[in-house]
Amino acid sequence: MVRIFAYIVHKGGALDDASAELVAAAKKIDAASSPTAIVTGSGVDLDAVCNSLAASYGEIWKISKEALAYPNSDLVRKALVSVLPAGSILLVPHDHFGIDLSPGLAVEMNASFVSDVMEIGGIEGRYLKLVRQEFGGQVSAHMQCDISEGAVINIRPGAFKPVESAPAGGKVVDKSSEVADLAARRRYLETIASEAGDVDISKEDVLVSIGRGIQEQENVEIAQNLADAMGAVVCCSRPVVDAKWMDKSRQVGSSGQTVKPKVYLACGISGSFQHLAGIKGNPFIVAINKNPKAPIFQVADVGIVDDLLELLPELTNKIRETVK
Amino acid sequence: MEILVCVKRVPDTSENEIEFNSAGNDIERDDLVYSVNEWDNYAVEEALQIVDKVGGNVTVVTVGDDDDEEILRREMAMGAKNGVLISDEAFSGSDGTGIARILAAFVRKGNYDLILTGVQAEAGRAQVGGMMAAMLDYPFASLVNSIEVHDGNLKISREIAGGNKEMNEIDLPCVLSIQTGINEPRYVGIRGIRQVASVKIPTLGASDLGVEPGAVGEAAAKVKRVDYFVPALGKGAEMLQGSREEMIDKLIELVKAKGGLK
Repeated sequence: MVRIFAYIVHKGGALDDASAELVAAAKKIDAASSPTAIVTGSGVDLDAVCNSLAASYGEIWKISKEALAYPNSDLVRKALVSVLPAGSILLVPHDHFGIDLSPGLAVEMNASFVSDVMEIGGIEGRYLKLVRQEFGGQVSAHMQCDISEGAVINIRPGAFKPVESAPAGGKVVDKSSEVADLAARRRYLETIASEAGDVDISKEDVLVSIGRGIQEQENVEIAQNLADAMGAVVCCSRPVVDAKWMDKSRQVGSSGQTVKPKVYLACGISGSFQHLAGIKGNPFIVAINKNPKAPIFQVADVGIVDDLLELLPELTNKIRETVK
Repeated sequence: MEILVCVKRVPDTSENEIEFNSAGNDIERDDLVYSVNEWDNYAVEEALQIVDKVGGNVTVVTVGDDDDEEILRREMAMGAKNGVLISDEAFSGSDGTGIARILAAFVRKGNYDLILTGVQAEAGRAQVGGMMAAMLDYPFASLVNSIEVHDGNLKISREIAGGNKEMNEIDLPCVLSIQTGINEPRYVGIRGIRQVASVKIPTLGASDLGVEPGAVGEAAAKVKRVDYFVPALGKGAEMLQGSREEMIDKLIELVKAKGGLK
């Protein structure tokens, strides 16, 4: 049976949701599997993480090195190559770290690589059956991945719901001595926190959010007028920030802010998973989009297929009349 | 600085609906509008800005066929000095590892200080840059959203969660994957395209690159897409119908009930 490992991302001694999600993903590969956690770091933070992991993992491999205090993927990759047995499957969260680590790791392990996996259909012969999305979530694809020489699989955050299970009582195995001294050609310097904007969108109850469908900078005003009429605040998805039409502090998504409003009007937003990852608290989502196949309609409560540049001004006028 | 940017021609689906073909195993590609992958365009702009500051040349390369020449010319119209098309029957059906192997072979033939890719293309795989770096034994950084050139290395920032930036120093030569928003790509007019319309673009195949045909292409691909299907993620939205006025009235009623009007 193929051995499954899960790379554990942690920060300041605390785990994020991914550690439990990777167990759920491993069970989809093989229901009988008991994945082994691999965790890198140093000091008391690492020990705290190993303690927390004992609840969900039967075995925990820890690699403790001063050089790994910050998860520099250049170094973590070297460490993992040193300890991972040939032919094993490694699960990694598909986030800014997994994107950095995994493609090169798969090459160094001579293993297959599949990124951003959101569903797993089990093993059939030498193939692992997987589902991922293309074209910004507009279509899904069944994939097959030859695992005869192992595989690195990046798992979409939030796609696998943690499964309830009895405490695993994990035993910690110290693998640090198997990792030689680590010298990096890429050196972590510091983390620069995002700058606060004029408005903290994470604290707003009603958000009018605009995406690529707003088309031009001048049209941002249309959304602002609507927000003013509603008593709401305007936020946006990534393309609007890339085009420099709105400040980064207004961006909702995994690389922007996490919001938890009561009502979220998604206007001209396709609904990539990176954007949806920034919407928490189960708000009432209204989607307005020209494209009836936009993935946003699958997660929205109410949808309107229409040109937002025409709809929003009319909606604004109607609200102004209603409120009067 | 000699900079290579790996680019890809992709269907532009941000504004277009995707339809399936009659067999249901692929999307209907004929009617789609193609353009250069958005991330790659930012990468080319970044390369041009670096060369403007410190000197050198920008080369753009793609793996594909004759149809893909148009994006090389587009990026040359932006200012890239050289364009190279890598094309061979043997490359057809390559997975990400295969494409990375082909590009790595091309890199070894040259003398590049810096290799850029986009973070990802239309399939969102985000893999070729990192794979290529490992094959070349170069350091790699993904999601790069700023680059400063220093002596023998670069100071870069990576886009990480919550809009924070992770600052790194990385030795040259290296491979970076470029995030959108790093710069404002320059406009390319018809005139610019015309100026490079007759520039000869060399085509290189497996034997030119010394790539073993068995190591790439469909036979070597360990990861394959079986088919496409329409995702059914959530319960789906209640779609409002009727005239625009009717939809607006209904929407106001619903939003009001949820506390969306103050």
